[in-house]
Amino acid sequence: MSVKNRMSGNEAVANAIRQINPDVIAAFPITPSTEIPQYVSSFKADGLIDTEFIAVESEHSAMSACIGASAAGVRAMTATSSAGMALMYELLYVAASDRLPIVLAAVNRALTGPININADHSDSMGARDAGWIQLYSENAQEAYDNMLMAHRIAEHPDVMLPIMICQDGFITSHAIENILLEDDGPVKKFVGEYKPHKYLLNTEEALAVGPYSVSPFVIEMKRAEHEAMKNAKQVILDVSADFAKTFGRSYGFFEEYRMEDAEVGVLLMSSAAGTAKDAVDKLRERGVKAGLVKLRAFRPFPNDELAEALKGLKALAIMDRSDGFSATGGPLNAEVRAALYGKADTKITGYIYGLGGRDIRVEDFEDIFGELADMLTGTELPYCRYRGVRE
Amino acid sequence: MIEIRWHGRGGQGAKTAALLLADAAFETGLYVQGFPEYGPERMGAPITAYNRLNEAPIRVHSNIYEPDMVVVVDETLLKSVDVTAGLKPGGKLLVNSRRQPAEVLADFPDFGGEIYVIDAADISIRTIGRNLPNTPLLSAAVKLTGILKEADFFTNMEKAFAEKFASKPEVISGNLNALKDAWTAAIRINE
Amino acid sequence: MDKKNLMEGITELSPWTDITPGGFVYGSGNSESFNTGDWRTRTPVWKQENCRQCLLCFPVCPDSSIPIRDGKRADFDFGHCKGCAICAEICPFGAIDIQTDGEGADE
Repeated sequence: MSVKNRMSGNEAVANAIRQINPDVIAAFPITPSTEIPQYVSSFKADGLIDTEFIAVESEHSAMSACIGASAAGVRAMTATSSAGMALMYELLYVAASDRLPIVLAAVNRALTGPININADHSDSMGARDAGWIQLYSENAQEAYDNMLMAHRIAEHPDVMLPIMICQDGFITSHAIENILLEDDGPVKKFVGEYKPHKYLLNTEEALAVGPYSVSPFVIEMKRAEHEAMKNAKQVILDVSADFAKTFGRSYGFFEEYRMEDAEVGVLLMSSAAGTAKDAVDKLRERGVKAGLVKLRAFRPFPNDELAEALKGLKALAIMDRSDGFSATGGPLNAEVRAALYGKADTKITGYIYGLGGRDIRVEDFEDIFGELADMLTGTELPYCRYRGVRE
Repeated sequence: MIEIRWHGRGGQGAKTAALLLADAAFETGLYVQGFPEYGPERMGAPITAYNRLNEAPIRVHSNIYEPDMVVVVDETLLKSVDVTAGLKPGGKLLVNSRRQPAEVLADFPDFGGEIYVIDAADISIRTIGRNLPNTPLLSAAVKLTGILKEADFFTNMEKAFAEKFASKPEVISGNLNALKDAWTAAIRINE
Repeated sequence: MDKKNLMEGITELSPWTDITPGGFVYGSGNSESFNTGDWRTRTPVWKQENCRQCLLCFPVCPDSSIPIRDGKRADFDFGHCKGCAICAEICPFGAIDIQTDGEGADE
């Protein structure tokens, strides 16, 4: 049964971890994800979980310990943000290449520098090529729900890839909001037991993990990893469908908000999507056919499905909460444009917004929709520009 | 939707008050948000915290720029922070102050909404034994929002304090008394 | 320990679909099936008449290519010996000669 509660995004994720009761958590504190291992330590001290909590001395070691634990055959989890994730980078690739279904609770924070503790997506966007599944959450509820689905997606035999569940630092991680928590029993039943196919602690069969691979094998291994990420698409849909059946909340690769007859739309991820929905409603009241697509799965990237959802738009704004420093625009801008290439006549402009926690308001989105309307009457807008910057 | 902005200094409990207000409102069945504006926290630095209370789910995730109510936890902030910025013309301003009403009123010559003053320091020293203004301010703020009846609020908070202070139950009665004393202590000082 | 080589069949010609997930190596001791003997350009020759079975040679062999049977060394395992000549260096009795390629028998 769903129980009404109120808590922060970090507390919601920690409660998901309590219910999952993973075998190993290895973590090092970093703002704004610190509370997650902190709650988990309390759960452990209170006897609510029997997780082995490994207090490591760095994030590099946290991910290393997760890799060791996962290769040994158990469920391993961690949480991190910003520079902590950067310190894991080397191991993120190893975890993916070794096909270890580690679950990482990512609380998005600007990647230093300048040093800053507030939200943007530069940390997880920097890890976008690491071979991890990435799901983004709008609020505490979605962060909780995505955590409950994470193991089933990552551990599926067709996938066997690590997964990070992202939410915006402070904006949702530290905000108290209403949430529906599920009872422990149904959650445990939904998540199920992890039965690894091959694992180091199997006394019946010896195994070597992470061997050096000479050139004649590397590209074949990467091709297999590529296939696993492709397979993750169907698994995400299947697990999400089972989640909807079990708990009543539906998820896909992305959420379409008032898109049925939309002419102008924005595409974005995480907490700002809620703010943008309020703007969409306001514009609809004024008779503007506004809509929104909130991307949940950035890895794997739902190329064709996204093109299908967006191609009816006359004008689209793609909103990046990180600057990929391509000198043209952010990563979402590039990938969504590529998805639409040759499939739509939609006029597209891009925005980089919200870096280092810069607030974005309902009024900002109203302006953006206004600019999209201008595009429809012939105004040329640039490939990408900054929003909310002093000029 | 009721939007509230709290102004305080790091360490005074403005964030805690915002979170407790969210808790109290949640108990009435409302949708709530309670969140601080985070920076590199330092004791004594000006901080802002926010509440949204609504009958429908809340999706907006920006800060609050046009609040219905502003609570000033520390009036020394008035020199450096424009606490009424964006406050709706008919909104409510609650100031923790030991000064005379006329003096406080003189600080807000341009604000046309309702101005309330409470001596939260006095109440907390009498009831809790220390200057912890956030508990009395919480009580006064809840009353001004009108979201809760007196009795329900005290019952809810007794439960919340029992959880929050599980390891030091001796402080529960002091905090409850602070809430009760503060319920009627905020005085409107303008017409 | 089961020495059966579960990786047999995976070669440099195998398609990606045949590679184990993560490149995991199943089973143990499978280096035995990897013939490194053909890397050898110098070959040790065991002169049994000089050998006193002191057994100083086998522990220094980096490739475990001096087999011990019933407490005595046997002839070299030329499937894995790379011809490093450390054994010849350590032998106090001149019982191991090193021939360079073409001079003597190979395997």
